[in-house]
Amino acid sequence: MEYNTGAPIYLQVMNELKKRMVKGELKPGEKMPSSRELAVMYKVNQNTAARIYREMESAGYCFTKRGIGTFVSEEENMFENLKKEMAGELLANFMHEMRDLGFEKKDIIFQIEDYREDADHDDGM
Amino acid sequence: MMMECKELTKWFGSKKAVSEMTLNLEGGKIYGLLGENGSGKTTWMKMVAGLTLPSHGEILYEGHPLCYHDKSEIAYMSTEPFFYDFMRVKDVGEYYGDFFEDFDAGRFVEMTEAMGLLSEMKVRNLSSGMNAKLKIAATLARKAKLYLLDEPLNGIDYKAREEIIELIIGTADGTNTFVISTHLLEEVESFVEYAIFIREGKLMDKVNLESERMKTGRSLTDIYMDIM
Repeated sequence: MEYNTGAPIYLQVMNELKKRMVKGELKPGEKMPSSRELAVMYKVNQNTAARIYREMESAGYCFTKRGIGTFVSEEENMFENLKKEMAGELLANFMHEMRDLGFEKKDIIFQIEDYREDADHDDGM
Repeated sequence: MMMECKELTKWFGSKKAVSEMTLNLEGGKIYGLLGENGSGKTTWMKMVAGLTLPSHGEILYEGHPLCYHDKSEIAYMSTEPFFYDFMRVKDVGEYYGDFFEDFDAGRFVEMTEAMGLLSEMKVRNLSSGMNAKLKIAATLARKAKLYLLDEPLNGIDYKAREEIIELIIGTADGTNTFVISTHLLEEVESFVEYAIFIREGKLMDKVNLESERMKTGRSLTDIYMDIM
């Protein structure tokens, strides 16, 4: 995984895991990697891996069965909420950036409707 | 505190290689030891490994002055190759097994095989990447409490570096402690917990990287440039 090296690593891994849940790559009730496996997979240390699971658990995204492992939450609502929450974050970010460029909400909506997915938006990056 | 260095100093003739370093290491953490070549990283490591005596100052290991017996719990990997040319990969395992009680021969085989080292290969014929892998496997197959790795990622290609990092992360279980010297900041950034910065034998700073990213949004490279 490519990290933004100026932002906390544990948050970036958590975000990645949440995304995988929303996309259905991690299914309700599925066993998550052990914290050792998580550490190797995401190139983080044990303490960070443990923190990720602690935070994920307290937010209700997963639960731990003692001595067995960590599992993805089985609450269907949680996935819907998570999806909305992540969309909300992206949208807030986008709106903030657009307003920074001087666009009003109605201009932004107009631009979104005018936006063609298949158009060539390659800016050479 | 697992390790305490108090005003640790080492003179080589009229040159001060390590200068009044006072530094504590907590158990269960991964430390990155960062500094230019010749900044005193290796000298500090050799003192902490019990291989070189300090000229001045004190090292406490688990609360007592560092002594000969502690070496059985400290695994040190030097930058120099340390196997005989005529040895085969499996001889290295046996040689280490004879030397160290905490050596896990099964784990050595598992690690060397995973990295493509065949047991019959001769040390003399190994590429620098293969040699680095053999060194790290022999060192990490010990069940030590403290691992001191001097430049484990130096002079090898990207893929070998990634394999070695994977082994280090897989071995660090949150109870043992690692000190890894390197100048490849980006390679270790995501898993090192504290960065120790050394310049001209002096401790410049010890920084908790995750709190720094949280508080100031600075990457390891940013911090390095600010401090050094």
